[in-house]
Amino acid sequence: MDTKRLIIVAVGGQGNLLASHVLGEAALIQGIPVHMSEIHGMAQRGGVVESSIVFGDAESTIISNGEADVFVSFEPSEALRALGRCKKETVTITNLSPLPPFTVALGKGVYPEIDTVTTLLAEKTMRLIAFDAVKLAEEAGNALSVNMVLLGALIQTGVLPITSEAICEAIATKTKKAFVETNLKAFELGFAEAEKH
Amino acid sequence: MHKLLTDNPGQKMLMLGNEAIARGAIEAGAAFTASYPGTPSSEISLNFFQMSKESDLYFEYSINEKVSVEVTAAAANCGVRSMCVMKHVGMNVAADALMTLAYIGIKGGMVILTADDPFMFSSQNEQDNRYYAKLAGLPLLEPSSVAEAKEMTKFAFELSETLGEPVILRTTTRINHSTGVVELGEIKAPVTKGEFIRDPMRCVTVPAVSRGLHVKLLANLAKAEEIACTSPLNKVEGTGTFGVIVNGVSHSYVKDGLADLDATKRVKILRMGFANPLPKNLVHDFIKGCEKVLIVEEGEPFMEEAVKAVAQENGLTLPIGGKGEGLFSRLYEFDPKMVRNILASYFELAPVASQSVDLAGVPDIPNRPPNLCAGCSHRATFYAVKKATEGMDVMFPSDIGCYTLGFMPPLSTGDFVLCMGASTGTSAGFSTVTDKKVISFVGDSTFFHSGLMGLMNAVFNKHNFTLVILDNRVTAMTGHQPNPGVDMDEMGFTGYNAIDIEGLVRAAGVKHVSVIRPYNLKKSAKTIKEAVDFNGVSVVIAKEKCTLYAKSLKQLTDKKFQVDPEKCKNHRDCIDTIACPAFTVENGRVRIIQDMCAGCSICAQICPENAIVPVKK
Repeated sequence: MDTKRLIIVAVGGQGNLLASHVLGEAALIQGIPVHMSEIHGMAQRGGVVESSIVFGDAESTIISNGEADVFVSFEPSEALRALGRCKKETVTITNLSPLPPFTVALGKGVYPEIDTVTTLLAEKTMRLIAFDAVKLAEEAGNALSVNMVLLGALIQTGVLPITSEAICEAIATKTKKAFVETNLKAFELGFAEAEKH
Repeated sequence: MHKLLTDNPGQKMLMLGNEAIARGAIEAGAAFTASYPGTPSSEISLNFFQMSKESDLYFEYSINEKVSVEVTAAAANCGVRSMCVMKHVGMNVAADALMTLAYIGIKGGMVILTADDPFMFSSQNEQDNRYYAKLAGLPLLEPSSVAEAKEMTKFAFELSETLGEPVILRTTTRINHSTGVVELGEIKAPVTKGEFIRDPMRCVTVPAVSRGLHVKLLANLAKAEEIACTSPLNKVEGTGTFGVIVNGVSHSYVKDGLADLDATKRVKILRMGFANPLPKNLVHDFIKGCEKVLIVEEGEPFMEEAVKAVAQENGLTLPIGGKGEGLFSRLYEFDPKMVRNILASYFELAPVASQSVDLAGVPDIPNRPPNLCAGCSHRATFYAVKKATEGMDVMFPSDIGCYTLGFMPPLSTGDFVLCMGASTGTSAGFSTVTDKKVISFVGDSTFFHSGLMGLMNAVFNKHNFTLVILDNRVTAMTGHQPNPGVDMDEMGFTGYNAIDIEGLVRAAGVKHVSVIRPYNLKKSAKTIKEAVDFNGVSVVIAKEKCTLYAKSLKQLTDKKFQVDPEKCKNHRDCIDTIACPAFTVENGRVRIIQDMCAGCSICAQICPENAIVPVKK
């Protein structure tokens, strides 16, 4: 089976790990080999959280620079920070709703213009899907379902061998009961949004 | 029911490496487990803790790693299958017990898990704990994948009983925190009670006895080497005249790399899963037909040196590479591309072209370092300490926990961090040889772990410093584990005692002890000033529950604060002095992010214009 490599970057608390978990469960449902890795611990205190998920026959659980087939960023500036993960053929998805790091308030750095982010991503990777995922999450009924919105956009790209049906089953069985409905709605909205890009 | 207690052999489950290890122990019938929590091993302990509440498994959060080895060793010496779990630096604390336990040995299988952390994702060093196996003379097992971590844990218990020795199971972060598909096996019923058979010539390590025990240990090592030579954990894969010897997670990088380089028929692999004692005959058989050999191991040249010794003993002169210029580093962790590139250059294979994007024109992105949470009481304590010592020549030895993050500006309350508990010991040295006023910080869990001895030492030797115990009522950094000071009833568990830190400190002979509620900044600063002015050892206990823990217990009020734009004169003291992550600047104006504000009120107390006010409902 072809190997497909996915990198997800997010800020601690954005639900990256749950999104990764849903993808892993979906792969298990479909019988697709899956290897994942994530960083816990100190990084969770408001730092960057990165997951790598490898689908298919490769055995490594991490992904080297320049080797992601598909790249999802939950935050626009983090997309640029992690751009080295990508190659020219990478399909890139990013949320455009910014979460400026605290160092910006302290005057120790300048947050990039959103236009700069989208221009660079579009120029350097093969396909860019960029939109405000928070808005769609709110539309789905829960601002915290940004992760499910982005999962929808990710599945729409068709880069991964994972089906919508498997994701929906994983959402239904592996996310908190009280949120299943909004999570599924968020997934659909993200999927539909990606079709427009 | 806890998912790791699922009794359905053959079922496939997605598991974190740490879950797979915990499940392996359950399948092996482990009955007695103990741990001091430490990333990247924390989830093993957490799963044991959870399962102990709904099964016959015994688990305790021990006060430190040394005690965890001692309680476990005793259980194992009564024939009960036992396991203790720690991060790599925990092994340093446990080493005293470990070294002599190897002499005594065990009756029931005993596994000691050490989780190493190459790249130091959440550690103060990246020491390579394989050397502990060599130092103690104990067998060492190292899994290469999540699924294998479960199987190897099970095997470790068997091996331990075969040899009568504890077995060291060594992982790295990329095994602990990787996730993969694991197939459940049968659960062996645990035997929870054992019997101690008096045997002083084995169990009482006076010199005359130990001299005999060391002979026994060496014989056990020789037996272990024999087993390692034929163990399926040391397996040869692929064919060819080039050889790779690899351990742990690097095995997957080598396999993927050789597949990408189309070299699986030119380079054969010896995957070492049972690497101490080194199975010399097996290694000799593997390398003797090779033109050249590459050793792929993160960390130190542990296997490399041993393999080179085997070659020398057998008169082999083939090139054996590992660490060095153009080869692998002793620093940090490996990744698949790095391993593939070195395989290609060392064996002169056609490389795979890099496809990385060109990063020209990408601006610097502002850093996003980890920070104390919004509402964290440590921030309030640090601010109060700085207020109390304004104009004084002070220094701040600190310790290991969330509060280590206080070293960053603008709080800047961490000048020296060595290891668990070292705040108290180092304070004694700094205050003796400098004229600075020394004020040190230690968390509640770290104080119990190993801070108390340094404090008693300071009282006995009449040192002069102020210790601030940041008592946030839980072991916060590793995810809210209990420690001896925690109110376990509140956590939802019965059958525990709690130790009062204030009583303990007074009993240790500290003459100046005070307790503050850090969110009250003015009063806290005044109390701290009194402690700092005291000549001798003084202790301030800053008592306030970890905000995230309080939130999980549903004890946080929904009080929030906001900036009144009419009153705000944009001094930005709120941002520049306490660096709370709930603050942001929009269009040149300060705003509090309501979702993040925890209502601690310390910003409202320091605003010179009183412009930070509660949000009215």
